[in-house]
Amino acid sequence: MTSPDLTTDTVKAHRAARRRLPVGNALTYLSLLVASAVVLIPLAVVFLTSLKTSKEVGDGSALSLPGNWFNVDNYVTAFNDGKMLMAFGNTAFILVFSIGGTVIIGSMTAYAVDRFDFRGKKLVMAGFLVATLVPSVTTQVATFQVINGFGLIDTRWAPILLYMGTDIVSVYIFLQFIRGIPVSLDEAARLDGANAFTIYRKIIFPLLKPAIATVVIIKGITTYNDFYIPFLYMHSEDLGTISTALFRFKGPFGAHWEAISAGAILVIVPTLVVFLLLQRWIYNGFAQGATK
Amino acid sequence: MTQTTDTAPEGAAMTGRSSTDKAKADAQGRRPRPAGRRRGPAARRTRSWRDSPLRRITPWLFLAAPLALLITFTYVPVASMISYSFTDWDGVSPDRENVGFDNYVQIFTRPELFRVFFVSGYYLAASVVQIVVALYFAVILSFNLRFRNFFKGILFFPYLINGVAIGFVFLYFFQDGGTLDSVLDQLGVTTDHPWLGDPTSANVSLAGVSVWRFTGLNFVLFLGAIQSIPGELYEAAELDGAGKWKQFRHIIAPSIKPVISLSAILAISGSLSVFEIPYIMTGGATGTQTFVIQTIKLAFQFNKTGLASAAAVVLLLIILLITWIQRRLVPDDKVDLV
Repeated sequence: MTSPDLTTDTVKAHRAARRRLPVGNALTYLSLLVASAVVLIPLAVVFLTSLKTSKEVGDGSALSLPGNWFNVDNYVTAFNDGKMLMAFGNTAFILVFSIGGTVIIGSMTAYAVDRFDFRGKKLVMAGFLVATLVPSVTTQVATFQVINGFGLIDTRWAPILLYMGTDIVSVYIFLQFIRGIPVSLDEAARLDGANAFTIYRKIIFPLLKPAIATVVIIKGITTYNDFYIPFLYMHSEDLGTISTALFRFKGPFGAHWEAISAGAILVIVPTLVVFLLLQRWIYNGFAQGATK
Repeated sequence: MTQTTDTAPEGAAMTGRSSTDKAKADAQGRRPRPAGRRRGPAARRTRSWRDSPLRRITPWLFLAAPLALLITFTYVPVASMISYSFTDWDGVSPDRENVGFDNYVQIFTRPELFRVFFVSGYYLAASVVQIVVALYFAVILSFNLRFRNFFKGILFFPYLINGVAIGFVFLYFFQDGGTLDSVLDQLGVTTDHPWLGDPTSANVSLAGVSVWRFTGLNFVLFLGAIQSIPGELYEAAELDGAGKWKQFRHIIAPSIKPVISLSAILAISGSLSVFEIPYIMTGGATGTQTFVIQTIKLAFQFNKTGLASAAAVVLLLIILLITWIQRRLVPDDKVDLV
């Protein structure tokens, strides 16, 4: 913020100047508090509802407090009847394979494109670039037929392949990062007799760790939250992911808001934990991902 | 060609750019010298490797799987979608008939199909609100406030939440006697307005949910851009007597223009492809059907793959057009990727 040669006094003065706000302090904080309330109240109410008994939900106001703060009956119901355990298992399975695949696919593409000169390179780059413009939400009508042709409808491999094959953002994240890795490292290894695959595996891939972290975080959260793909491609109840399993609460639990709330909270909590643990990487990752 | 077969396995697979450069340097500058006493074998290897057929294959070995996936799941669907759009295919039966532009004519002339574009208007208006709100909080939180990270976290968190969970949270929020009614009751406003009951109110409510969900992303993007402005700029401006508003107008606003334009484009294409929130909350009932919900229903419920493909092609063309216009208006190296 300030250049290092300034004395601490001027630094403080500048800090103070920067701290002054365009609008009055009180108004600024008020707006922040209102925004926080708007974000938190809908979530807090659902949390309260998840702890209430069915009777409490029926009788009391939405804002009333649960009689027993340690009533986990709804969570048990949601977990068992909502098949949430199976859903978490399926989601984990899809996450592992699609993230692993994306990291390998993305880093291989970036390595090939950045470190080699070859005929058709421009065409390959254009192929990936144009693909970023095609919103996958529009092409599902036809993608469905492709997946159907492979006989993968209603298997966990349909979403895995789609998450792996259509993630162009991660290719760009890797591409940007790999440019910063000095080519002299490749050369040194090559002089020691390493071939291209060894260089990729032993030198490039380990150095890509920060980019891999970014991709894992973005990909992990978007995959965990995705509803569209599993909804279209995996109809059987046993193949529910957390999104589709939660969506199925709508039918059997009908107006049982306490069970639905418990299901929603079950889905939100892992996200909250990950967010609290990895805040800094998450902000950077999503900022990077969105501007690609 | 001076191929040395003994070095082929290691040498052939060397990487491209730099070694080509080096080979050039070898060929030009160092020719008079006897190709480097100390690292002679390496230099010879480099030169021979340049023309080796294996070297030409290597990048393709790395690209084989990525390209196969890219083509199978992006280009093949786009191509087949375009071809389906001129037929009356139902998605299952082996035979289909060519109907020319009939599907496209239907989309633009049947009012019940065309109506979905107006629903996008609600989301477009919502994204304007979203960008303004995000900008306001990004500017405020770029100052050293107390609890800054706390507020930043709260504002961003909704963006990370699962869409189905958000749908349920807000179904309860808008339901009769739900969160919204109770909060309003606490504030002294008693209402029994069915928030999701009529088309206008339902669409406004759903668009509001989308503001709640996506403001955080815009906010973090704007905040990042504002914080990358060097602090000296503000100090210099202050010395020149510029007030906070002038600082915003002349320092902050120009520096975040690319991010704002990016957000605008994401907002437009986003508001055309809304699916999750309305599908989960209302299923497209009471006039909240969006373009994507309609397309999915046409394709998978009514087996009108041909008509659905035409709708998807129209959406794709609109989005490509908007992206093209945006890149014309704001030439920006951040968006121009490679």
